[in-house]
Amino acid sequence: MAEKRLMYGNHAVVEGVIAAGCRFFAGYPITPQNEIPELMSIRMNAIGGVFIQTESEIAAINMLFGAAAAGKRAMTSSSSPGISLMQEGISYIAGADMPVLVVNVIRGGPGLGNIAPAQSDYYQATRGGGHGDYFTITLAPNSGQDLFEFPKLAFELAEKYRNPALILADGLLGQMMEPVEFSYEPIDPKSLPEKEWALSGCKNRERRVVRSYDLKPGKLEEWNWRRLKKYEAIKKNEQRFEAIDCDDADLVVVAYGTCSRVSGAAVRMARVKGLKVGLLRPITLWPFPTDVLRDMSQRVENFLVVEMSCGQMIDDVKLATECRSKIHFHGRPGGGVPTPPEVFTKIEQALGGGR
Amino acid sequence: MTKEIIIAGFGGQGVVSSGIILGYAGLIEDKHVTFFPSYGAEMRGGTANCSVVISSEPVASPIVANPDIVVIMNEPSLARFEPTVKPQGLLFFNQTLITSRPKRKDITPIPVEANAIAEELGQGRIANMVMLGVMAKKTGLLKIETLKKAQRKRFIKADEEQLSLNDKALERGYALL
Amino acid sequence: MKKIFGRPDGLTDTLLRYCPGCGHGIVHRIIGDLLVTLNIRERAVGIAPVGCSVFADEYFNCDMIQPPHGRGPAVSTGIKRSRPDCIVFSYQGDGDLAAIGTAEIIHAGARNENITIIFINNAIFGMTGGQLAPTTLPGMKSTTSVQGRDIEKQGYPIKVCELLSGLDGPYYLERCAVDTPKNIIKTEKAIKTAFKNQIDNKGFSMVEILSMCPTGWGKTPIQAKKWITDVMAQYYPLGVFCDRSKEEK
Ligand SMILES: Cc1ncc(C[n+]2csc(CCOP(=O)(O)OP(=O)(O)O)c2C)c(N)n1
Ligand code: SF4
Repeated sequence: MAEKRLMYGNHAVVEGVIAAGCRFFAGYPITPQNEIPELMSIRMNAIGGVFIQTESEIAAINMLFGAAAAGKRAMTSSSSPGISLMQEGISYIAGADMPVLVVNVIRGGPGLGNIAPAQSDYYQATRGGGHGDYFTITLAPNSGQDLFEFPKLAFELAEKYRNPALILADGLLGQMMEPVEFSYEPIDPKSLPEKEWALSGCKNRERRVVRSYDLKPGKLEEWNWRRLKKYEAIKKNEQRFEAIDCDDADLVVVAYGTCSRVSGAAVRMARVKGLKVGLLRPITLWPFPTDVLRDMSQRVENFLVVEMSCGQMIDDVKLATECRSKIHFHGRPGGGVPTPPEVFTKIEQALGGGR
Repeated sequence: MTKEIIIAGFGGQGVVSSGIILGYAGLIEDKHVTFFPSYGAEMRGGTANCSVVISSEPVASPIVANPDIVVIMNEPSLARFEPTVKPQGLLFFNQTLITSRPKRKDITPIPVEANAIAEELGQGRIANMVMLGVMAKKTGLLKIETLKKAQRKRFIKADEEQLSLNDKALERGYALL
Repeated sequence: MKKIFGRPDGLTDTLLRYCPGCGHGIVHRIIGDLLVTLNIRERAVGIAPVGCSVFADEYFNCDMIQPPHGRGPAVSTGIKRSRPDCIVFSYQGDGDLAAIGTAEIIHAGARNENITIIFINNAIFGMTGGQLAPTTLPGMKSTTSVQGRDIEKQGYPIKVCELLSGLDGPYYLERCAVDTPKNIIKTEKAIKTAFKNQIDNKGFSMVEILSMCPTGWGKTPIQAKKWITDVMAQYYPLGVFCDRSKEEK
C-alpha cells in the first residue's frame, strides 16, 4: 500500500488529474476551488504540461474543446457560476462527441450566491446543462480518496463513450483535508493510444472534421438517435453506487457527496438505537443508479433523500421507485450543510410519524 | 473510538494550523482523520474555526455538530461553541484572553493560561501549541511525541529555532496538568 | 491540353454556397492555394466560425473543427498548445470576432498565441440576415439600424487592427481588402506572411480583410466592390498595423 498523505480535496483532484495522464488545464479562478488552479499551475509547469489561466470560463471550456479535438486529455475546474458560463461549450463538446473532464466544486446559488458548500447544480449536471438533447457522465465523490481516483475513471468513461464527464464536488469536499493514498501508478500520457478521430493534420489519411452541426434534412435527427443509443449503453453499464446496511432496512437514506458522509453518520446513530436504517449513495449521478433503487423499492417502505438543495435528486429517486415507497426529504439550500443529528431526527420522524 | 473536536478563535491564532497538526498526528498514529476549516468570507470576518475528527474507524461525517472536545482561543468563540459541546465533553479555554467563564455544569471546563505561557516562552502566537499540549495530556488522544512530529510536517518551511520553540510550547502545555 | 487554372488542392470539391459577389469565396481560394504552396495542408487544423462561413469545415481540404460563435481563438489555443506542430488557423467574421468573441481575440493576441487569424470584416451580420455588426459604419443601414447606424444610440464601430495594435502581444496585424485585383494580391501576401510567422514560431498573426457582402448591403457585386474602395477603406485604412519582424532586424 502506498503511503497516505493528508491533503486538501482540491489538491487531491490535481494529483488525480495528473496521475490520470492529463497534461492540459485551462481555467479561471473562483472560490471554493482556487486551490486547484493554484497547485495545477505549479505541477503542470514542473512536468511540462499546459496550464492556462483564461480570460473567462467560456474561453476555458473552448480551449478544452480544442485540446480534446486534438486528441489530448484535458480538464478544467470551476464552481457554479463559472460552470453556468461553460454550458454552451459543453453542449458543443457533447454534440461533437468529444471527451473532456469538467470539475464543479459547487457553491451556494443561484446568482453569485455564496461560497459555502452546496449541491444545487444537480439538475444542471444531470440534465445536460446546456441546450440540446445530451447528457454528461457525472461522478459524485465523497472523500479525498475519491477526488484522487475519479479523474482517471472520468477520463476512461469519457473516452470510452466519447462524451464529456463531470465530477460534481462541493466546497466542503474541496476544502476538507483527509488522508489520500496514491492508489495507482501514474499514467504516462505518451502511453495513451492515439485517438482515431483526433485532429492532427491529415498526412497519410483522410481529413477529419469535428463539429456539432448538420443542416442536411434529417441528418441531425439521425445523429441524435445514434447518440441516444450511446446514452442507453451508459445507463445500462455504468450505474455506480454504494449501499450500506440496506438489506434489512425499513428506511434507506439516499444521499451523495458530502450529504452521504453526514447521512452515513446519522445511519450509524440510528443503528445504535436499534433502527433498521441503511444508506444508498449514488456514485454516478448520471447515469443515476435507477436499477438498484427500483429493486429496493419492492421491499423498502421509506426513503429519505438528503440534499444540500431545495430538492433535485429527489426527482430521480421518485422516478426510480415508481411511486411504490414513501419518499421523505431533508434539504439545506443556499450553502447550508446538514449535521448528523439533524438527519437522525429526520430518520426518526420518517419512521415514527411517517405512517 | 471517535473523537470530534472543534478549535475556534481569531484569525492569526493558529486555529487552522492546530487542526492540521491534529490531522497529521492522527495520521502518524494510523488513525482515521478529517479536517475541515471554515473558509472564505467567514474567515475574513476575523474568526476562524475548524472541525477535526480522529477515529479508529473510517470517519463518516467531517461535519461536527456536537463536539466531544472544544478548544477555545477567544471570547466570542466561547459564547458560540459552549452550547454545542456534548454532555460530559471537554472545554479547553484560553484563560489569558477570555474574561467570562463557561456556565454549563455537564461539561468539564479546563482553563489554560495559553497566551501568558506563550509570552513567557517569548512568542504569543504559539499559544495554540500550549493548548494542544494540554489537550493531549488530558485526553490521552495523541502522544506528545506525535504532536512534535506533526507540527514539523505542518511547518515544513519554518527554521529549527521556531520548530524547537513550538516543541517547548507543546511540552509546557503537556506538563500543566 | 495543359490546365492553367483550377481548384487548388487546399479546397475540397464541395460547391461554395456563398452569394454572387461575396468576398468569402475569394479569401477561401487564397487560403486553399496557400495550404498547398506553403506545404502545410497535411499539418493544418482550421477553425470554422459561426456565420456565413460556418461551412468552411466542408470547404477547406484539411482537418477542421467548428466551435461555438466567437470562440475560435480559444479553440485554436487548445489545439496549438496540444499539438505545436500543427498549423492552426481561425477563420472568423466580424460578428464572430468583434462582437461575441471580443474577449477571446484580445486575450489570444495578448498571449501572443502562435496562431493565424483570418478576419473577414464585411461590416454586417451576413448569416442572420444583415443586422448591425460592431463594424457597421456610422450612418450605414442594416436590418437593426434601418435609418442608418446612429452613433448616439448604437455607438461607434470597432476598429480591430487599431485595437489590437495597442497590445504588446501580437506579432503581426495587417488590414487588406478584396475589392480589386491589386488588393487581392496584397491580401494573399499578407495571409502568406501570417502563416509563415506561425511556421517560424513567431506568434499571433491576424489579417483583417474588408470583404463584400452584396446581399447584406443591398448592392450589386460591382457596387459592393466600389463601396469598399470609396467608403469602407476610407473608414478602415488598409496597411500593416504591427509587424514585430521589423523590430528584430
Ligand atoms: C451564441 C450565439 N448567438 C447568436 C448566434 C446567431 N448568429 C449566427 S451567425 C451570426 C453573425 C455572424 O456574423 P459575422 O460574424 O459578421 O459573419 P458573416 O455571416 O457576416 O460572414 C449570429 C449572430 C449563434 N449562432 N450563437
Ligand atoms: S450574406 Fe453576405 S457574407 Fe453571407 S454569403 Fe451572402 S454575401 Fe456573403
